[in-house]
Amino acid sequence: MSLPTPQIAHLTEDDYEHVYEPAEDSFILLDALEADAEELRHAKPIICVEIGSGSGIASTFLSNLLGASSSLVISTDINHYACQATARTAQANDTTLNPVLCNLVDPLMPRLENKIDILLFNPPYVPTDLNEMENTQSLRDIGGAWAGGNEGMVVTNVVLEQLPRLLSPGGRLYLVAVAQNKPTVIADQLLARGLLVKVLQRRAGRERLHVMRVTAPA
Amino acid sequence: MVRLITHNMLACHVKNCTKDNFPLAFSDVELVIRPAPENLEFINRFLPKLDWKALVDTARSLGDTTLPETMPESFTEDELRALHHVLMEMHVEEGNMTCRGCGHVYPISNGIPNMLLAEHEVGR
Repeated sequence: MSLPTPQIAHLTEDDYEHVYEPAEDSFILLDALEADAEELRHAKPIICVEIGSGSGIASTFLSNLLGASSSLVISTDINHYACQATARTAQANDTTLNPVLCNLVDPLMPRLENKIDILLFNPPYVPTDLNEMENTQSLRDIGGAWAGGNEGMVVTNVVLEQLPRLLSPGGRLYLVAVAQNKPTVIADQLLARGLLVKVLQRRAGRERLHVMRVTAPA
Repeated sequence: MVRLITHNMLACHVKNCTKDNFPLAFSDVELVIRPAPENLEFINRFLPKLDWKALVDTARSLGDTTLPETMPESFTEDELRALHHVLMEMHVEEGNMTCRGCGHVYPISNGIPNMLLAEHEVGR
């Protein structure tokens, strides 16, 4: 069964001045979720979090995949335009999301410690110099959606570092990565820390996109 | 749309603020009730994730007194329905959330809670 891609026609050029417009990296994440749809519904996740929800397309897709009032989906973003866009995208697709304006998952700790059943993260993965990454994060606008510092991994590494404290037993992270992030190195590091890693989707285009699924031991 | 289910997961994260940093206290609230599709099976599964006392105190501070002081051992359908209403249908659209420990104020504007901190407030 194919799930509809969320409607985003309500987002305009003005919105995309400040919010990342869904692109191939967004859609490859939806594809990975769709491929796991049966499994995800069957697992009956209670708490889902997306870090950096941007337009809200992935949170909306996940929420609709799981069904109305079937899980709590919290969508964080450091950019207030993105939080508003996420709320509007949920509304346009007849679901309810819970946008929180914050850095990563900062205010959700300690309450969600080892309680996140599904974590989505399409990070700022483009390799840039560290200054650009730090400046764009502190400006809290659209630049923060892509500038990823050294190897495009600076923000991602902060999340991966915390990952064992975030996921519930058997909980999973769906992470978007590009070839320059060195997905095999990421996988080896996570395996060494007792997490299971599988590369689910690969796309050859300009960015050589990957979606990695990282699962905590049950 | 800060629903109480979300509020129950938010804590103050100012550097060195570890005492009474949860739950955040609402003030100057604009409350909106929006019907949500009822899924009592989900509400039941969600129970172990709740901080019950925080939820009851918060609901009461917003004028809803339907929840019992202590969490029932097992819930009747009516009790689950009351809980569904409190968790899923009460939305705080505007207002403030104040940390009872350090006094930091997190504003809610247009339904979005602003949990960002200034650089000097961040504990890392």
